[in-house]
Amino acid sequence: MRRLSAAAALMLAPVIGHAAGWDIDQLLHGLAQIRSDHAGFVEKKFIAMLDKPVESSGELFYTAPDHLEKRTLKPKPESMILDHGTLVIERGRQIHRLQAQDYPELAAFIDSIRGTLAGDRRALERNYRLELNGSAEHWTLQLLPLDEKIRAVVKRIRIAGVRDAVRSIEITQADGDSSLMFIEKLVRP
Amino acid sequence: MKPAPTRRGLTALARTSIVLWLAFILACGVVISRSRVTTDLSAFLPRSPTPAQQLLLEQIRDGLASRLILVGIEGADAPTRARLSKQIARRLRAEPAFVSVNNGEPVGVERDRAFLFDHRYLLSPAVTPARFSVDGLHAALRDSIDLLASPAGLLVKSLLPRDPTGEMVQLLDRLDSSARPQMIDGAWASRDGARALMLIQTRASGSDTDAQQQAMAAIRQAFDAAPGASAAAKLVMTGPGVFSVTSRETIEAQVSRLSIVSVALIAALLLMVYRSFSALALGFLPVISGALAGIAAVSLCFGVVHGITLGFGTALIGEAVDYSIYLFVQSEQGGRDQQRWVKRFWPTVRLGVLTSICGFASLLLSGFPGLAQLGLYSIAGLIAAATVTRYVLPHLLPPDFRIHDVSAIGLVLSRLVQRAAALRWAAAVLLLAACTILVLHRADLWDDKISSLSPVAQADVALDTSLRADTGAPDVRYLVVVSGASRESVLSSSEHVSAVLQAQVDRGELDGFESPSRYLPSAATQHARQSSLPSPGILEARLAQAVQGLPVRAQLFAPFLADVAAARSQPLLQAADLERTSMAMAVDALLLRQGDHWSALLPLTAPKGASINAGRIRAALSATGLPDVLFVDMKAESDQLYSGYLHEAILLSLGGLIAIIALLLLVLRSPMRVVRIIAPLAAAVITVTAGLTVFGQQLIILHLVGLLLVVAVGSNYALFFDRADHPPMAEPGATARSISPRTLASMLFANLTTVAGFGLLSFSNLSILQAMGVTVAPGVILALIYSAIFAGQADA
Repeated sequence: MRRLSAAAALMLAPVIGHAAGWDIDQLLHGLAQIRSDHAGFVEKKFIAMLDKPVESSGELFYTAPDHLEKRTLKPKPESMILDHGTLVIERGRQIHRLQAQDYPELAAFIDSIRGTLAGDRRALERNYRLELNGSAEHWTLQLLPLDEKIRAVVKRIRIAGVRDAVRSIEITQADGDSSLMFIEKLVRP
Repeated sequence: MKPAPTRRGLTALARTSIVLWLAFILACGVVISRSRVTTDLSAFLPRSPTPAQQLLLEQIRDGLASRLILVGIEGADAPTRARLSKQIARRLRAEPAFVSVNNGEPVGVERDRAFLFDHRYLLSPAVTPARFSVDGLHAALRDSIDLLASPAGLLVKSLLPRDPTGEMVQLLDRLDSSARPQMIDGAWASRDGARALMLIQTRASGSDTDAQQQAMAAIRQAFDAAPGASAAAKLVMTGPGVFSVTSRETIEAQVSRLSIVSVALIAALLLMVYRSFSALALGFLPVISGALAGIAAVSLCFGVVHGITLGFGTALIGEAVDYSIYLFVQSEQGGRDQQRWVKRFWPTVRLGVLTSICGFASLLLSGFPGLAQLGLYSIAGLIAAATVTRYVLPHLLPPDFRIHDVSAIGLVLSRLVQRAAALRWAAAVLLLAACTILVLHRADLWDDKISSLSPVAQADVALDTSLRADTGAPDVRYLVVVSGASRESVLSSSEHVSAVLQAQVDRGELDGFESPSRYLPSAATQHARQSSLPSPGILEARLAQAVQGLPVRAQLFAPFLADVAAARSQPLLQAADLERTSMAMAVDALLLRQGDHWSALLPLTAPKGASINAGRIRAALSATGLPDVLFVDMKAESDQLYSGYLHEAILLSLGGLIAIIALLLLVLRSPMRVVRIIAPLAAAVITVTAGLTVFGQQLIILHLVGLLLVVAVGSNYALFFDRADHPPMAEPGATARSISPRTLASMLFANLTTVAGFGLLSFSNLSILQAMGVTVAPGVILALIYSAIFAGQADA
């Protein structure tokens, strides 16, 4: 019985999407039109090992299709730049340079955000099952990892937005730690 | 019968000569059957001035990059290419001939990480006593917590309880920082996405051409057998080993084709002249003897015979056959007339052989083993061919031996020669023009880049450059070499040098560098790191203080306390411990041992879009005062060596010229005659050189050898013309001061065979052979014409 209903849910899922008259393709197509973006963010991380949540804020820069920059200004300046699969993390005088391909979990995680911003459905569906809820006015795109290795790290990524603007990203890790980032558009060059 | 005793007397002498000759041929055959042919191109690269330096360069050539094969899969679509890449990699990883097969798939990464993690307190340069003080721990913990909250937090979270000071992050930063190709469908692909990429390291060194050939075959086989293969997909390979394999194939194919075509061409030419198969067969005897003697001599003196020497040998056929042409054509009556030839012409031919030997002897002193081989081959070959022509061939000719009458051609030539003097002015103008061209181009006459000798085709070089750019494979141009008497001492020096280089990286002078000490620190350094770790009780107390003010509890780090306690008594890392990790490969390539001499190589990467300022790096290194530390620019170094040897070769050739002049002065005892002999040869050399310049050929060292050959071969013509002007006393009735039509005809035929032999080389796609061909073929024609024009009749 349970299997049957699961199958039914799977079959119905796209139908529901279509029924709303607005689907993932349209959402991603809209997002893909944005070639570059600049936004502010406020992020809160809940980590079990730490006694209290970590709050940070800063700015986001995005240039289609694969340049993503996160500049944290508070509490401590640091930056993360993803460019062509190389992840550079600058913290004070320290610079960490990582090749995303060496860390499949990290690559999948970063690609979820990059892929959404770039409207790259193929890249997203390589690693995630996509679920879209809501309307064009107020949507939530949920990414559920397909690969077991990734599922061991990331449980769920939930991206919410208004029309073709991303408003929040919520990441729930497998061990229960989570982060919630609110994004506020600054300027559109 | 009267001639009987004479004949028997001749037979006795003949028998001795023939037996000696056969014994000689047999001996040569034995030597040759035991000799080894090589196509290793280092024979045509200059030897370094000192053996130690040479050894080092060889090691560098053998070790660092020579085992790399860069593979590209082109055509078809991206998923097919990626699938092929993975299938090939899976198959090759199972083969022992390959040390590593990298196509971006995360293979062995976990083993490497486990190794690094287990040895982090010995490997991390951040491990110092200060780091394990209360303040140091506090700072390190705060950093780790910050990192935990950062985007990379995902990676370090699981490590935090065991590694709160972040030593693993330190190590990964150092090892994983190099740029790599992008991934498409799970495998490396070029920047434009048009080809899948693989980096394969063979177990055998790049100079082991047979093993490299097998490795290439295995890669191709894996490609052909891959279930995902499609007709549209294409496999391309490049790398030092691939280059030696393709060069060898080119050289072998060229040499066998050249020798077949050259023999056929010369045989056809001679058959046309002689109209006699027995004359043709007999005429080739000195040539075969010469070729065998040449190969045997080279094999005895050098241990190996180079493929290029054999290719060059085919061209020398055209010159060695000259002696029998002189004998056959210049002997007027046949039969006993050969004895008269010996009396009349042999001294001239002998002098020609001697001048050739003087010329080639200068090559024997060359710093290029390959050139010395060519010199020895020529000397031995010419002596053997001339000796056989003089002492054996006349005895082998049947009594009624006669070739087709060529006097008609001779008479035509005779008339031409008589009018040749009229061309003096034209020749003088041409010569003046040639001199002007040479003076104008004197600065860029010579190509002093070592790549000019390379047998690798331009298309292959272009493929190599593009694959290298795609994969980011190092081309190992800049190196710091650290030498010492033990592994420990070079590792310890490498650590000092690394500190200097790191400062240069921080200042942007370098993009990065490699060092064996990164993977295998010196025992002293490892020991120092180990003794920086406090005892468990002290560490626990310090940790409790250090977490104050941080959002963590000390209890979280119980695994850290246990790991540090274990690390304090951990055995120091040995080279053998690296085995089965990818770090072993790096240490193997970077740490070299030669007897009790150790060297460490630290390859440098230039900053993107810029070159390395050698002077600044040298200055920084010498400021350390470390002995036996050398900054090497491989390309500049070998170019500089080559241009040094080019100058040496020019000097040696001039020496050869002086030796020829001295010889002629000694024999002829007349400076005027020597000038008359040398003048047409010099004119030919100048004109050919100017011609090559006009056609845009920059001269390489092999053009110089070609010029030497022009002098050697041309000296025969000049001597014949000179001989006609100054008939030897022994010759009865030789009063007419003009060259005989037969001699002229023989010179024309000899010239044609030489042109045919060397002309063929001009079509070779090996620059080494081509250079000689385009120099000698026109050069000897000019030498003959100039000799005719400047011959002495006109001043009569």
